[in-house]
Amino acid sequence: MATTQGTLKEVCLTTPVDDTALRALEIGNIVYLDGVIYTARERVYQRVIGDGEMPPEDFTSLGNVNFHCSPAATAKQDGTLSVGAVTATASFRFSNWMADWFRISGAKVIIGKGGMSGKDYQALFVPVGAIYLTTVGYGTGALLGRGIKRVRSAHWLDELGIAQAMWVFEVERFGPLLVESDHTGQSLFEVNNRSVNQGLAELYKGLKPLSLSRYGETDDRERELI
Amino acid sequence: MIPIQLIEVSAHELMTRAGIDIPADYLSGLKAMAEVEEGDLSSFVLRAMLENYEAATVDRRPMCADTGVPRYYVKVGNETQIEGGFVALEQALRSATARATHDIPLRPNRVQPLWRTDYNNNVGINAPEIEYSFEPDGDWIEITTVHKGGLFGTDYRMLFPGDGIDGIKRFFLDTMITFGKRGLACQPAIVGVGLGGSKDIAMVLGKQAACLRIVGNKNPDPRIAELEAELKDLGNSIGMGAMGFVGKSMVVDCHIEVGYTHTGGMPMSIHAFCLSSRRATAQIHPDGRVVHRTDPNWFTAYMRRETVEWPPLKEHSRKFA
Repeated sequence: MATTQGTLKEVCLTTPVDDTALRALEIGNIVYLDGVIYTARERVYQRVIGDGEMPPEDFTSLGNVNFHCSPAATAKQDGTLSVGAVTATASFRFSNWMADWFRISGAKVIIGKGGMSGKDYQALFVPVGAIYLTTVGYGTGALLGRGIKRVRSAHWLDELGIAQAMWVFEVERFGPLLVESDHTGQSLFEVNNRSVNQGLAELYKGLKPLSLSRYGETDDRERELI
Repeated sequence: MIPIQLIEVSAHELMTRAGIDIPADYLSGLKAMAEVEEGDLSSFVLRAMLENYEAATVDRRPMCADTGVPRYYVKVGNETQIEGGFVALEQALRSATARATHDIPLRPNRVQPLWRTDYNNNVGINAPEIEYSFEPDGDWIEITTVHKGGLFGTDYRMLFPGDGIDGIKRFFLDTMITFGKRGLACQPAIVGVGLGGSKDIAMVLGKQAACLRIVGNKNPDPRIAELEAELKDLGNSIGMGAMGFVGKSMVVDCHIEVGYTHTGGMPMSIHAFCLSSRRATAQIHPDGRVVHRTDPNWFTAYMRRETVEWPPLKEHSRKFA
């Protein structure tokens, strides 16, 4: 299902997201999700990839959407779990784990903050047909929190803590998200960076250089530092 | 004497308000930016944020799940007495933080830096931070809480007098561009700049400028106020908007605070607050009155004094200027 919002196209997807739906997405599309999504970040990656331990729940029932997130959540006295707001965490720090993660988990959609580099998309995402959705803002924690209809489970809560546990959410109209990388591995951020970069030289024109430099410093502001 | 229980309850309420309700000054600043933003993606992001603030207030849930590292700024009148003294005060603020983390809920972000130990309550060694300032008159205590993330959008550099305003602009642009790309600075934000002091004070002043002064507030020194306006315009002329998309929404307002520094140096820090600008203040009186507001009014004339005496002696008031 697709509608338009201003010049931007809006798409609703159901998880697990199938390949046809994934291939139809273009960078800059607005996406909302229905179905099941799970969180996994450095401590879960370390546990599964580094320590070779599998989650208590099979990946086929977790769906194929991995959210780089720590929820603002509480484990209540009676054992139930409640989530207030959710927002993503910056994904570029996790790129070393992604090849193994795609292979082990079968994930096809990564949701996060800030995306990864175009190089990572080409090397890691395109070969397995995965795409990247970025959260908006950042961050729309209350809107995303509204989209979570139920916390189905939280694996390794005691061992990893609330922030790093693997949370499994049932979601409805979970968004808004933007397609940052599509099936061809283009990056929306990099397309925008190229436009912004064109004006940078003019901004610095006439500003004299600083008297003390730093080792490792670059004056190439078209480069990204992630 | 201010009852300690009232302080604890008020601090808990501040945590709730800061996490959930967008301050009015920032909201109107952001609305004004949304009206003139022309980039379609940047504009979409700003509209989504405005919708998010509404959802947070209606649902009573935090605006953003990265509730940062909650901390306190405490201002105490010279005549103020607190039941149990300052040790009781600090315990009350730690207790309010732990309770609020569970009740609101806030994300338990605080971990030991090496072993990553997490007590799930945002309390630990040196956490939450509590900074103090004093006011000559008054028997009240003012508590402000700020929830700010900490990974991106901040930098420090030792500049030198010869670097001048050019150097300030260059470092300002460098920081905005570095962290503006992909929106890591969570812009458009209130940007605070700390100039001078020792290098630790430059960091402290910049952070306080970002988090404790409201949109529209100007530095009382007209030449500094002029530089604030100039840096704001400079940030908004980069060509970058929300999330680093093409646009012009980077700086909702720019605040500069200065401290007298070493004659050979000009240390500078930059801090971008965020799209949720979470701050809330309560003034608590000995008679039990609690007045809530979103303007911390941290930088008083007393805080910015440059004379030996207070109040400044008339004949000496310019001697140190």
